[in-house]
Formats: sequence, structure tokens, C-alpha cells
Amino acid sequence: MEIKSPVRSPLEQTADPNSVVVNLGPSHPATHGTIQVIAELDGETVKKADVHCGYLHRGFEKEAEHHHYHKIIPYTDRLNYCSALNNNFAYAEAVETLLGLELTPRCLWLRTLLSEYNRLVDHITCVAATVMELGAMTAFLYLMTVRDYIFEHLNHLTGARLTYSYVRIGGLARDLPEGWLERLEEILQLYERYIERIHGLLDRNRIFIDRTRGVGAMTPEHALNWGYTGPILRSTGLPVDLRKDSPYLAYGELDFEVPVGIQGDNYDRYYVRMREMDESVSMIRQCVKRLPGGPVSVADPRVSFPEKAHVYTRTQAVINHFKLVIDGIQVPAGEVYRAHEAPNGELGFYLVSDGGGRPHRLHVRSPSFAHMGGMHTLLEGYQLADIIATFGSMNMIGGECDR
Amino acid sequence: MIHDDIKSDLLGLYERAWESFGMLVLELPADRLLALVRRLKDDFGFDLLLDVTAVDFPERRPRFEVVYHLYSSGNNLRVRLKTRVEEASPRVPTLSHWYGAARFLEREAHEMYGIRFAGNDDLRPILLYEGFEGHPLRKDYPIDREQPLVPYRK
Repeated sequence: MEIKSPVRSPLEQTADPNSVVVNLGPSHPATHGTIQVIAELDGETVKKADVHCGYLHRGFEKEAEHHHYHKIIPYTDRLNYCSALNNNFAYAEAVETLLGLELTPRCLWLRTLLSEYNRLVDHITCVAATVMELGAMTAFLYLMTVRDYIFEHLNHLTGARLTYSYVRIGGLARDLPEGWLERLEEILQLYERYIERIHGLLDRNRIFIDRTRGVGAMTPEHALNWGYTGPILRSTGLPVDLRKDSPYLAYGELDFEVPVGIQGDNYDRYYVRMREMDESVSMIRQCVKRLPGGPVSVADPRVSFPEKAHVYTRTQAVINHFKLVIDGIQVPAGEVYRAHEAPNGELGFYLVSDGGGRPHRLHVRSPSFAHMGGMHTLLEGYQLADIIATFGSMNMIGGECDR
Repeated sequence: MIHDDIKSDLLGLYERAWESFGMLVLELPADRLLALVRRLKDDFGFDLLLDVTAVDFPERRPRFEVVYHLYSSGNNLRVRLKTRVEEASPRVPTLSHWYGAARFLEREAHEMYGIRFAGNDDLRPILLYEGFEGHPLRKDYPIDREQPLVPYRK
């Protein structure tokens, strides 16, 4: 029997009988993440494209309405799973804003350091996957080597390779282990040696340039119209970056530049990410130098457990502990939108609280989802093989896109 | 401050205005949404539609609140627009004529809450699949509800 495609593509109804409609995905080896691109081809030219996502939809926002605030943190790890710490911190800040909590200096600087460290990992992953799909296997292996060292390093800090759940409302789960900062510097130096090789292999590689220069290009107006943020928007030349425009955490005190591209094509997006990695390393070193001492979490009974010894010996401490476990953090009624510059762009959390221990509504403004909306405009008019190059430079992360 | 300029210049198009942690919030009826957004886009440079979503308040009338977040890259400003729609006819005009991003964002709000965006001719399922019954982000959709198997999954 004929199995009708579950996606009622408008292309099927309007396709020119001389064209061929092909299906890329949802389980395509080059789309790291589950997504479907339906393309109407004239020879190997893409006349029309339709992007369909949602295959990794797990009901994040529905689940959030049924969980206490601290229990939502592991769900945020599974948004952009290449940079879970950035998701953790953006979510926690939305809750902390409604609570009126002020973080400790050490927490602010550590969150900033770890945000940049995870941005580094995310960009490494994106560049590695993209260039592998274009045939640059050696570059891929170099980048994966650095990534694995960083994963092992973050494992020592958080106990997890990818799904860190390291943040807490009002602070962090624990402080840095002994020797962590020394190992960090070793890894950054290793990164610098390896990234030099990537530049040597790719920057002026004729094949790479032919595959990426002028492909998937767009103007700043086009990018803004279709909701692009982050490195994709900056590749068009617009220096829009939340870390500069609306500094959060400790970004207002850091010295860094916002790299921009020229014509918003795949090569520009590659280069913007490469430059952003260097800026991240510079920021990490500044954070290490300026990292203050002190506790990593606020001692606020609304969000923090009392000392364990006090729980066993003091009535108010055992009550505090009980209420936090059973009822969760009570967040004052109100609404807030807080956004961070995630590796893919603006990651926003729109939180509506009714004063209880569970959010009334928690909406995630996902950069990947917004980016998929305009991706068909970057595929149409190019070659079939260019779909892979353009999709790679969009860095669509299924967990983040579909939530 | 530019917030005050927006409020005084757009007086009559919105019903209430207030600040929410540094962001200007405007509440307005659905029939003035297009006029207000056009002015925000043309006169105040709000060139990026960040987000379209909805919030369900089952005990309130009107029940649904449609929420928009817009951003001005030139002025580094954000604004939140809120409009209330009834459960019986949850209908607002589409913004897809001015912002390409609205096409995708409205599809999600449509399937999750049942908000209809008049003028958006592509409201196919985006995160859910064809054959999905109900609107899962409504408060009266049980979290443990099961869905029927669609023909091609049998």
C-alpha cells in the first residue's frame, strides 16, 4: 500500500510536473538532529524548499508547568545539548529576577566563565560537523579531540559529560574542584594549537571556499525579517550581541569584541564562529584572573537549603528544608522575559508566575526554531548539495528547536 | 526616554502600558494590533519579531493572552505586546506580512493553544504531527493524555 507522506507539503500540490520533489530526512546522515527538508528540484537546482521540524518535540513547556522550579533545570540541559550550561544560566536568571535575588560575585564570574567555555564547545561542535559534511575529515578529528578534553574537564566539575544540571536558583551546585583552573589553562593552550591547524586547513582551502563563499547569503534586513539572531545575524555585518547590548552576569566588565561577517554567507558564518571562539578563550582567561573568592550560592532561605547539621538540630531549619523539598521555591507572582546570548542566538525564557512553586507558564524563545522559519529562503536558488553546507552553518540543534 | 516617546506617540492604540523589569509592555485589543505594530516598525525601528506565544488563564475572561516580543536592533530596545482573545473565537491578525519570522512562530502558538492567526495561510502542524487531537499547552489538556494512532503509524 502507498504510505502518504505525513507532511502535507505545499510543494506536492503546486510542483511543476517537470520538477522532481525529493525528501531529505528526517533521518538524514548530514542533518545532525532530526529535521526534514522537502525540495523541489530542477536538475540539481533547488526551486522550492520546505523545512519541517518537530521530530524531537518532548513537551518541555507542558512539563515545566508540572514541575517545581529546581526540577526544571535538568530539562533545560536538553534544549541545546551542546551548551547545556548556557541554558541553565538563562533559565535560572529568569527565576532569580522574579525573586529579586542578587547573585554572589563569585557566582556571577563563574557563570560567565562557564558560559564562554560552553560557547567554545558549541562552536567547536558546529564547525566540526559542518566541515565534516563538506569532506574535511581531518579538521573534524582535530576539533573532536579538543571537544573531548573539554567534556572530560567539565565532567570533573559537574559529574556529567553533556547534561550538567550545574546551576541552582541563586547559585551553583558546588564550587570548582582543586586543580580545575590549572587544567583549564592547559586545555586552552591545547585548543590554540589545534585551532591554528584548522585555520591552516580551511581558511584558504579552494574546495572549502567554493562550497561556502556566496552560498546561503543574506542581507542584514533579510536576517532581521526572518528572526535571525546570534552568529547568523552577525555574519551579515550587524554587531548585535546581547553580551554587549544588554550585559548580564559579568559581561559588562569584560574586554571583548563582537566579530562580524561581510555578506552573511556560509563562509562568513564559519569565520564568525572561529573568531568568536578566540574571543571566548580571551574572556575565559579574563574571568580566571578576576575570579573573586567567597560562596557560590546565596544564603537565602527562600531558595537555599540550610546547613545539614542545622536541619537535624533546629526547628526552623528542618521546616525550611521540608518546605523547599515538598513545595519548592515560591516565586512571587509576575512575569519576566530574560534572554541570554546563547551560542546560536538569543535564548529567551518568558516566565509567568502565579506565586506558587510551579510556573504558570514557561515559554522558551528558541533561536534554532526561529532560524528554521527562514531557512527555505537560503536554500532556494542554490544547488542540492548546498543544502548540506547551509544547514550545517545554521547549527540547528533538534533539542533546542523542538523543545 | 524612548519608552515615554512610544507611549505618548502611540496613545490611543493601546489600553495600558507598564514596565516589566526594564521592558515596556503594551496591552491592546486585537483589532488595533496591526496598526500598533506598523507604527512600532516604521517609526521606532522594531525590525525583529523575537517571539509569538500565548498564555492560558482558564478562570479569566477573555481566557487567552497572546504575547509578542519585538526588538529594535538600532535602538537596542524590547517591547512586549499583549492582547486578550476569547476561547470561543481565539483570533488575531497575522504579522507575517511584515515579519517573515511570524510565519513559523504563529504556527506553534496555533497548534499549542488553538489561536487562529487570520491571514497566515500556512498553519500546518510544526512541532506536533497531523492527526494530533487537542491543544496540549491549554491548561485543560491533561499531561498524561494519550493520542490515537494515526493510520501510517499502525
